[in-house]
Amino acid sequence: MNANLEQIKQEIIAGAEELNSSKEVYEFKKKYLDGKAGKIGLLMKEMKNIPPEQRADYGKGVNALKEWALTYLGEMDVKMKAKELQNRYESEKIDISLPAVESEEGNLHPITLIRNQLIDVFAGMGFEIFEGTEIETDYYNFTALNTPQDHPARDMQDTFYLSPEFLLRTQTSAGQIHVMESKKPPIKILSPGKVFRSDDDATHSPMFTQMEGLVVDKGITLCDLQGMLDVFVKKIYGEGTKTRLRPSYFPFTEPSVEVDCSCFECGGSGCKLCKGTGWIEILGAGVVNNKVLENCGVDPNEYSGFAFGIGIERTAMLKYGINNIKLLFESDLRVLKQLND
Amino acid sequence: MITPLSWLKEYVDIDITPQELQDKLFSCGFEVEELYEVGKDISKVVVGKVLTCEAIPDTHLHVCQVDCGEHGTFQICCGADNVAAGGKFPAALVGATVYATAKDHKTVEGVMTIGKGKLRGYESHGMLCSGVELGVSENMYPGAGYNGLLVLPEDAPVGADVKPILGLDDWIFDIAITANRPDCQSIFGIAREVAAVLEKELKMPDVSYTETENKLAGFKVAVDCPDLCPRYSAHYVTDVTIGESPAWMKRRLALVGIDAISNVVDITNYILKELGQPMHAFDLTTLEGNAIQVRRAADGEKITTLDGQELTLTDANMVICDGVKPVALAGVMGGLNSEIRDTTSAVLFESAKFARDNIRRTSRALGKRSDSSARYEKGVDEYATVMAMKRALHLIEELGCGKVGRTHVDVNTGNSVEPRELTVSVKKVNDCLGIVVPNEEILKIMTNLAFEPKMDGDSLILQVPAYREDMETYQDVAEEVIRMYGYDHVVPAFMPSAQVTIGGLNLQQKSELKLKKALCSVGAYECIHYSFFSPADLDMLKLPQDAVERKTIRLMNPISDELSLMRTTLAASMINAIARNQKRGNLEGRLFEIGNVFMPYELPLTQYPDEKPRLCVGIFGKKESFYTMKGIAEKIADTLQLEFTYENMSNTFLHPYQTARILCNGAEIGYFGKLAYDVADEQDLRTPAFILEMDLKVVSQWYGKKPVFKPLPKFPEEQRDLALVMSKEITCGEIEAVMKESCKYITNISLFDIYEGEQIAADKKSMAFTVVFTPKDEAFGAESVDGFVKKILKQLNKKYGVELRS
Repeated sequence: MNANLEQIKQEIIAGAEELNSSKEVYEFKKKYLDGKAGKIGLLMKEMKNIPPEQRADYGKGVNALKEWALTYLGEMDVKMKAKELQNRYESEKIDISLPAVESEEGNLHPITLIRNQLIDVFAGMGFEIFEGTEIETDYYNFTALNTPQDHPARDMQDTFYLSPEFLLRTQTSAGQIHVMESKKPPIKILSPGKVFRSDDDATHSPMFTQMEGLVVDKGITLCDLQGMLDVFVKKIYGEGTKTRLRPSYFPFTEPSVEVDCSCFECGGSGCKLCKGTGWIEILGAGVVNNKVLENCGVDPNEYSGFAFGIGIERTAMLKYGINNIKLLFESDLRVLKQLND
Repeated sequence: MITPLSWLKEYVDIDITPQELQDKLFSCGFEVEELYEVGKDISKVVVGKVLTCEAIPDTHLHVCQVDCGEHGTFQICCGADNVAAGGKFPAALVGATVYATAKDHKTVEGVMTIGKGKLRGYESHGMLCSGVELGVSENMYPGAGYNGLLVLPEDAPVGADVKPILGLDDWIFDIAITANRPDCQSIFGIAREVAAVLEKELKMPDVSYTETENKLAGFKVAVDCPDLCPRYSAHYVTDVTIGESPAWMKRRLALVGIDAISNVVDITNYILKELGQPMHAFDLTTLEGNAIQVRRAADGEKITTLDGQELTLTDANMVICDGVKPVALAGVMGGLNSEIRDTTSAVLFESAKFARDNIRRTSRALGKRSDSSARYEKGVDEYATVMAMKRALHLIEELGCGKVGRTHVDVNTGNSVEPRELTVSVKKVNDCLGIVVPNEEILKIMTNLAFEPKMDGDSLILQVPAYREDMETYQDVAEEVIRMYGYDHVVPAFMPSAQVTIGGLNLQQKSELKLKKALCSVGAYECIHYSFFSPADLDMLKLPQDAVERKTIRLMNPISDELSLMRTTLAASMINAIARNQKRGNLEGRLFEIGNVFMPYELPLTQYPDEKPRLCVGIFGKKESFYTMKGIAEKIADTLQLEFTYENMSNTFLHPYQTARILCNGAEIGYFGKLAYDVADEQDLRTPAFILEMDLKVVSQWYGKKPVFKPLPKFPEEQRDLALVMSKEITCGEIEAVMKESCKYITNISLFDIYEGEQIAADKKSMAFTVVFTPKDEAFGAESVDGFVKKILKQLNKKYGVELRS
């Protein structure tokens, strides 16, 4: 073996000891193995100075050196790169307990949430959604709903008047009349919307949200109201929920009922939420009074219907355990952020 | 309606417990809001007989040995001055509960439990009680008002519970009466329902009396306003002796919260509660002109009511006058000039029906309420009006406080107090309910309710009592039947005969919901604010006097000035919400609201105003800027598949240089910008706030835009980055506009850097854009794009002196 070759091999081994990065490995490798220009490549040019009988051995020796150097430096490159990768990872070590960078998602208002849940249930039963106006006339809000001027039922609601004729609707039932005037039965509508009464305490707000439902078609009875309510409470409050009808009074329905559902907190055994009764009042309903049908040009001999009205705030307060209705209108982010349903 | 069980029992035999009666009433439509025993706080108090009673030296106390029968004999110390051996008194045993009183022995200060005690060295095993300590007033039990021990009757059995003796075992039902049943606004009215539901006989109050020959010669009653007073009856009572009412009457009045005054006045109050008919008694000697006239008051006419207050009336009020002067404010309160005095010797009783809305309006307008006006507001029936007069005259005789005269005047509009006939179809009743109620059940129910039913084929013929003014149609009959038959008979059905309908949200509702969800996705929380706001809110926005937002609809009867105007902008409520959050320490956040504004066409309203939905977004916090809000605007545009453009604008409450008008398809749809510093300071805002408001009524015309698929470009797009140097006042929008004009192949321009500083002239800025060129019919050569760039640069240079940054 040519001493010169051995010397180069030792030179590579010694030089490689000094290498600290894959980039240096690359440069070092280039110095020896860059085709014909590298130190090993140059050895081939020495061939002409080698006696012919030794040339074959010399050639083999250079090739062997070249193979060895490729392998040796190749391994070194792999090792160096692995080390560098590890270093890079280590340099990027973080404190995983630092707070998250949040991409915040807002949410819908609890009233909208309940409203959407109710709409989903009733849309599936074939109800269209009709939103009337917040400003109504005395006629649509009262007179057409069988509540004439001196009717005692007007005392049940303290009305905000805007003029002797115009007022802020006290009930979404006002929308019923507009629908019945413009549309022939079959009618199945749901009217959600803001309503107003002059009342202001922990459970009453001068503005609140109602959802009124109305069905008018041939042969509609109290039994259909009961059937629909059963479906509704099961979907909203859970499968095991039962309903109970009891007599009540609204001018626009006859018979009129209050509807209670079995308490969804205790299941009917009695708790704080249901005040020990096992029942929670959820809505008012009834068979549409014929006078209302007549006022809208619908023949009560041909058609009948039922109507119901749900207080959305009350439903939201019961469902989320909110104790003061004011919290729903104050837009306090600490409140809104909690009610992500 | 406060109803004592003992009083109810006068008309119906009740043989079920109070709780069972509560359930029965509940199921037939009368919710008992409260049910309690009169002596609910009193327990373990028995009849004690004082065997020995010895004074404790140097004190006012006595030490007694008290025989409490089966409970034993106890030593009890007592400070009352009427304690005496041989007397029977209420003895509270150890562990008993009674009312604690203040030092005056009169004021109740809560409930206490009796324990063993020691007074001046003497052990005391209980307490002898006064009326106050047992919650018994003089009116509830004669003698109970004495400030000392309550003396029990001699025949009271020793050791027996005192509650039955003192009437403390009675029960009070507070019953909610629905507005359609004014006939149940009385104890007798409730009794009618109780009799029906228990299927018991109803015992009528005694209304018999004997008239004497005494007459008011020439006496006349005239009703000038029959629309306000359909019935007015008056009756003459002579030889009146004003005095105390009997104990039973005082007790009943006390149980329903009325103080006894004198026999004649107590009779009117008793009848108000018993029959639900307000009555009035005039001192006849104070009436002049031998006449009663019912008329509207003259504008400015004055009357002094018996509470001593002088009222000035209008012709919306109704007065009762004698031949000369007003003597009562009809249905509300009597006049001071004609009130019953101790010396009254002759009385004119009034029993009338007044229009309920007139009484309601008068009562509200004058701020004067009485038991009588409260009752009239609910509506009285003429059946009760007639019956009440007879009952009052009966009580005059029964109490022996006068002689019933012969003069009776009844002015009426011809309404009968006899039952009227109503015939309904049984089939219709059943069809309404959806079930078939057996005929015999219907007959039984209607019989119990005193409708004297007969059935003839499908016809149900009823005799409707005059007090049931609510009964008009088969639907009313259906309600009577089902409330008595039981709602548990209703069988759930699911509209078997109804037609199928397609439900769901319409386009506008879907679009608004989509918009709300998109806003949630950028971290905004939905809020809902009142539809009304305050005049101060308009000032907060510094709106000029002629601003369209100041043309607001005003509530005639607002709760307060703060809630007196219908909103014409949502911005004020949003700024208030931001301020409220900041006051509570929430210094950053995003809020939005979709709500209506109310723009009147004219004032006062003669037609529906333009009620239109708007969107308002409010964002605040250190991280927010004009551009984060612009990002939200772009999010809205993307969600609705619209394109918005922006131009500078200013308004009174936003930053003059950081406010943009939003345009869409050439229409102005809204604005956004930074809240002006003066407004922010007035609201004590600690971080910057930005407001966006958008008219969704205008935007709604573009709802539901369908995405149209564009085929992908056939040839690759080219992209160039251009760093441009220009004067500082040139805007990004201006540069983009020139670029687009200069080359039809540009499909996107996006700014990626702005630079001002040492590397360029002091009065210049550099903006760097990425410009995308999309080929149409054939691929670009590299040269053609370079050509476009040259042309763009030339145009930019020509228009704004823009240079390529070297």
